[in-house]
Amino acid sequence: MIANAFMLALREIRNNLMRAGLTTLGIVIGVAAVIAMVTLGNGATQSVTSTISTMGRNLLFVTPGLRRGPPSAANDFTEADADAIERGISGLSAVAPSVSRSAVAVLGNRNRITTLGGATIPYFTARDWQIALGREFSLSEVRSGKPVCILGETVREDLFGDSDPVGQKMRVDKVACEVIGVLVAKGKSSLGGDPDDLVLMPLHAVQRRFAGNNGVNTIWLSVGDASDIPRVKEQITTLMRSRRHIADGAADDFSVNDLQEISSVITTTTGVLTAFLSAVAAVSLLVGGIGIMNIMLVSVTERTREIGIRLAIGARARDVLLQFLIEAVVMSASGGIVGVVLGLAGSAALANVLDVPFIVSPGIIVIAVLFSAGVGVAFGFFPARRAARMDPIEALRHE
Amino acid sequence: MAEQALIALRGVTKIYGSGEARVAALDGIDLDIQDGEFVAVMGPSGSGKSTCMNILGCLDTPTGGTYLFKGHDVGQMSQDERALLRRDNIGFVFQGFNLLKRTTAEENLELPLIYRGVPRAERRRLALATLDKVGLAQRADHTAAELSGGQQQRVAIARALVTNPSVMFADEPTGNLDSSKTREIMELLATLNREQRITIVLVTHEEDVAAYAKRQIRFLDGRIASDSGSRA
Repeated sequence: MIANAFMLALREIRNNLMRAGLTTLGIVIGVAAVIAMVTLGNGATQSVTSTISTMGRNLLFVTPGLRRGPPSAANDFTEADADAIERGISGLSAVAPSVSRSAVAVLGNRNRITTLGGATIPYFTARDWQIALGREFSLSEVRSGKPVCILGETVREDLFGDSDPVGQKMRVDKVACEVIGVLVAKGKSSLGGDPDDLVLMPLHAVQRRFAGNNGVNTIWLSVGDASDIPRVKEQITTLMRSRRHIADGAADDFSVNDLQEISSVITTTTGVLTAFLSAVAAVSLLVGGIGIMNIMLVSVTERTREIGIRLAIGARARDVLLQFLIEAVVMSASGGIVGVVLGLAGSAALANVLDVPFIVSPGIIVIAVLFSAGVGVAFGFFPARRAARMDPIEALRHE
Repeated sequence: MAEQALIALRGVTKIYGSGEARVAALDGIDLDIQDGEFVAVMGPSGSGKSTCMNILGCLDTPTGGTYLFKGHDVGQMSQDERALLRRDNIGFVFQGFNLLKRTTAEENLELPLIYRGVPRAERRRLALATLDKVGLAQRADHTAAELSGGQQQRVAIARALVTNPSVMFADEPTGNLDSSKTREIMELLATLNREQRITIVLVTHEEDVAAYAKRQIRFLDGRIASDSGSRA
């Protein structure tokens, strides 16, 4: 009986393709919107997560000043603070005191405003930088503060183009330096900014020749085991409070930042936004369902005579009910499938434009198709019941 | 009457409304129709002949009296039971043909078979064989809208016949047709009755159409005014 009702429903749809197509349009658009929102949302989340993981594994960084509130004139750290952390806290695989400032890199008549970083050898481990060309700093260069520099890919490209930069002389602000290496590019960040727009020099060189002091404005820490992160954060806070002579009860004048934490905040934000947009899209799916009910109701009236014929020649009420219900479900489910295809195609195109990865989530596709079929049942039932309850005599008399 | 009649009405009434607005569309009808008869039901509009046909066709139920179809009391049946009775025993032909317009002749014929659960291959065979009986085998793949009025009515007759029913009810089957098509259709019905012994009950208001039938019943004011009697 169900197989027969299916066949009758499919015949009816086939013989009235235009009507079926228009009926389904609302569902198609609703499902496509939901799929596109969820897919792009997942892509954005993934993009943020992968950007953060390129910044370094299990990365913590300690900065002077409060994390929240107005900028305060907190003192910089010194290398002694970094040494104290390294000596006093276990489980760290790299401790990298650094400074960073804006500077102009100059080669001949070309120049570029970039970020100058002062670094020591552990910096490369902590920030997960690899050398593409040349070499890292030597221990003696770090100790003496020799003006040698390692270029980020963006700076290399801009100043040197196709020529080999290693061994060449250039200037950073007024300081002449020799290029000894180039970093492996990390690529543009979806958070904005270009991590490869960077020149690294030994920490001492930047402190003496540019800053004129021995301040350290960020200490980067790589924690060996991610589960140690909370303990390490707590120990650093205790240690730094005592080194900076902060009285009990007074607020910290520094902060220990955790990329995982920042990452989860961003992910949550993207998630909320995705959920919100998906909810808006789901409303359009609901409107699509109401559209199906509307057209089904109109078509039940329009098809009164047909229903009368069916009842007269042997259809039971339940045969008619089943046929109309299946028509609604088939239309909404195929609308759902078309919507999934359109939504995926649309979000693939948009992902390309917005430069986020295109991540298909099979779960949402199944949900979208099932949900649209459910919409068919829910909104198809009322018209179908109306059709099934018709009086054959009245229905046959209907013009 | 030794044998049980195919159709037996005893004191059947159909009353609409109540009190002042009370209208008796049928006012105590007694009628027997035997297997193999060809009956024409006549009468002016409002005489109750259409109401009687709806009750005979099990589309409607009487408000009083009993209607036995092959000995089963139709008045006691639920809507679904009547649907099954129609499905298995009755074929309908209507004045307005009532085919599914966008559907092919063959699929129109398959429709009652689908509701009976006949398998696909058998459906196709029966549909084509029955279309052949009404002379429309070549039009099997045309949609109803593509056929002329006479052809549509022949498809409708074929649809009524395809289930091999005990009785066929035709309500003004020639009402929308010109005189040559009318003759064509009536001769088809007469042949089907004569050669295949199909019981036919026909409603008409035209004397020459009624003349094709072997028995004429006239309705007036909800009663049977005259009955030429069974000659089956």
